Amino acid sequence: MLRLEKRPTPSRFWLYATPPVAVILTMIAGGILFALMGKNPVEVIRTIFWDPLFGEFAFYLRGQLLVKAGPLILIAIGLALGFRAGIWNIGAEGQYIMGAVIGASVGLAVFPTESRWIFPAMVIAGAFGGWAWAMIPAILKTRFNTNEILVSLMLVYVAETILAKAATGFLKNPEGMGFPGSRNFSSYPAAQNAFLYEPLGLHWGGVAAFVTAILAYILLTRHQAGFQIKLAGQAPRAARFHGVSPARLVVMCMGISGALAGMAGLFEVTGPAGQITIDFNTGYGFTAIIVAFLGRLNPLGIVLAGFIMALTYVGGEMASTSLGLPDAAIQVFQGMLLFFLLAVDVLTNYRFRLAVGAH
Amino acid sequence: MKRRNLLATAAMGLLLASGASFAQGMDKVKACFVYVGPIGDGGWTFQHHQGALAVQEKYGDKVEIQFQENVPEGADAERVLTQMALGGCNIIFTTSFGFMDATNAVAAKFPDVKFEHATGYKRDSANVSTYNARFYEGRAVQGTIAGRMTKSNKIGYIASFPIPEVIMGINSYYLHAKKVNPAVELSVVWAFTWFDPAKEADAAKALIDQGVDVIASHTDSTAPLAEAAKTNGAVIGFGQASDMAAYKPSPRVSSIIDNWAPYYIKRVGQLLDGTYEQADAWEGIAGGEVEIGEITEAVPAEVKAEAEAMRDAIAAGTYHPFTGPINKQDGTPWLADGAVAPDGDLLGMSFYVEGIVGDIPK
Repeated sequence: MLRLEKRPTPSRFWLYATPPVAVILTMIAGGILFALMGKNPVEVIRTIFWDPLFGEFAFYLRGQLLVKAGPLILIAIGLALGFRAGIWNIGAEGQYIMGAVIGASVGLAVFPTESRWIFPAMVIAGAFGGWAWAMIPAILKTRFNTNEILVSLMLVYVAETILAKAATGFLKNPEGMGFPGSRNFSSYPAAQNAFLYEPLGLHWGGVAAFVTAILAYILLTRHQAGFQIKLAGQAPRAARFHGVSPARLVVMCMGISGALAGMAGLFEVTGPAGQITIDFNTGYGFTAIIVAFLGRLNPLGIVLAGFIMALTYVGGEMASTSLGLPDAAIQVFQGMLLFFLLAVDVLTNYRFRLAVGAH
Repeated sequence: MKRRNLLATAAMGLLLASGASFAQGMDKVKACFVYVGPIGDGGWTFQHHQGALAVQEKYGDKVEIQFQENVPEGADAERVLTQMALGGCNIIFTTSFGFMDATNAVAAKFPDVKFEHATGYKRDSANVSTYNARFYEGRAVQGTIAGRMTKSNKIGYIASFPIPEVIMGINSYYLHAKKVNPAVELSVVWAFTWFDPAKEADAAKALIDQGVDVIASHTDSTAPLAEAAKTNGAVIGFGQASDMAAYKPSPRVSSIIDNWAPYYIKRVGQLLDGTYEQADAWEGIAGGEVEIGEITEAVPAEVKAEAEAMRDAIAAGTYHPFTGPINKQDGTPWLADGAVAPDGDLLGMSFYVEGIVGDIPK
């Protein structure tokens, strides 16, 4: 009989081995799924994981990886800080939308003024929009002890309604013949988040993602606040004795993750997306939750995880178009990644024991 | 080397490989389709995919079909389009309004690939065509049925977004209901979605609570019909985008079916025989793009005959659903007696016609 036994201390080996093992298990289970669908599993896995990096069109697709990974990393790092402290911000998608809407509003309000200060002002406005949206669940939690998971998630749907209002109403392009959607920032240089280095897909969002990863790493390893975050997550009672105010921690963690999600939204709307549209948000805020856990809530791990996740998107599209795989199969494949991650994660805190005779 | 140059080089390669025989037509066409939803949505994307399958059926070995489902707008659409163009697609159909800017951006980099954008208005380069269907013609038929069938004299419309396409539909529906039943009143509910069964069901419930007994919808799910079905025949509705035949004979008494097959077959055929040119296509009942689904026995024979006569007159070109005199909601004249609405007015329509109560959301 096999049984699970709690480890006295979490296994360091499994802490780091879990993500690669989960990726490999996903490839195997996904391969079986694809084979059952009548596709060559090796070809599909190669198309997803190899072709975007080294295939025929890699010169184009490599750049697309950072375009996709940048917002995921930026959002996931903010979420990871909260997750470590046991504060569950599930509504990054809503904060991402509000950052984009508020930031874009600032830029469009001064259209067509040209000034080098417009874009920085928009970035600050975007961060503010995300921060303010995250403050709603944060303050409701600290004042009325509501559940931040539910409130932040529900606010995503409110944000989507505001986004639809913006696209069809107050941000609608006056030269758009009545159609929904804002002006396109690609034709407004002062407010545009253009590529800094196109072959790598690097724009200011990518720069922000890397800088944030480094700052978050320093915060967690060298700074008092980082210590408090970790302590609050691992030993809440000890944290109280240590003088950590839970309310302040909630406001700080929700605020940072909201601001980063808002910035990600602003970089996206002024760059790759180009404009506010009804369906501007494409799920980065939710996918970032997977990225945060795949990266072990560690800022540097999240950078790597962001790229792996981006790979499954870009490669998944390739597999879908060129090999005729249904999109749902790709989504199942991505879902498997989180499933295996959580399943293998059990081994960090538990181990299998062969129980002989004893009951 | 900049990506733009690389892409241009790649595009040149394609040009040399396949474009030499272009003017004389092509031996084989790779036709690619970009969908905003899943092909199993039973509505908008499903109908586009039916069109793609019809192209395959028609031309067999001379055509290769590729498609991508669930493509988000913006950066993702640009990437999918670029991949398709690099991958050798000769013609790419982008089947949602939201792909407009992405389509034009990618088309500029691949001058030799033909791009066809559904429901948009931007044709920035010579290789971009747009196509749409005159759904308002179908709304005229529905309005006729609604005006005759309502007992409460209250009819409803579940609207998606306040864009000309939808406003046109509302106006056409109302005008033709009013024509056969001057006492009719229209309630419009804005759902702010194209596909969301829960929201659509709520909208239908709200209308039914107000006493509405005929519901038309501009959203793609069957949820409004499902709500109507709970009223034991008191409330009727129409299939939208696809036939929604499961709700026959009532509450679904007729439907507007988007049929893209004739257009897709025509365009791919033109590419094969070398007669392809840039176009701004807007076909309706006459071209087969807008089909009126069977009018069921839940509708009295004389109403059915009246609705079918309306359909046939539109198809024959003897009747235009927007023929004056028509005033705007605020009473100012729009079309003089006998005048027919120019397409430009319709494509930019941002006002209700006289008689509709309420405001278009700003």
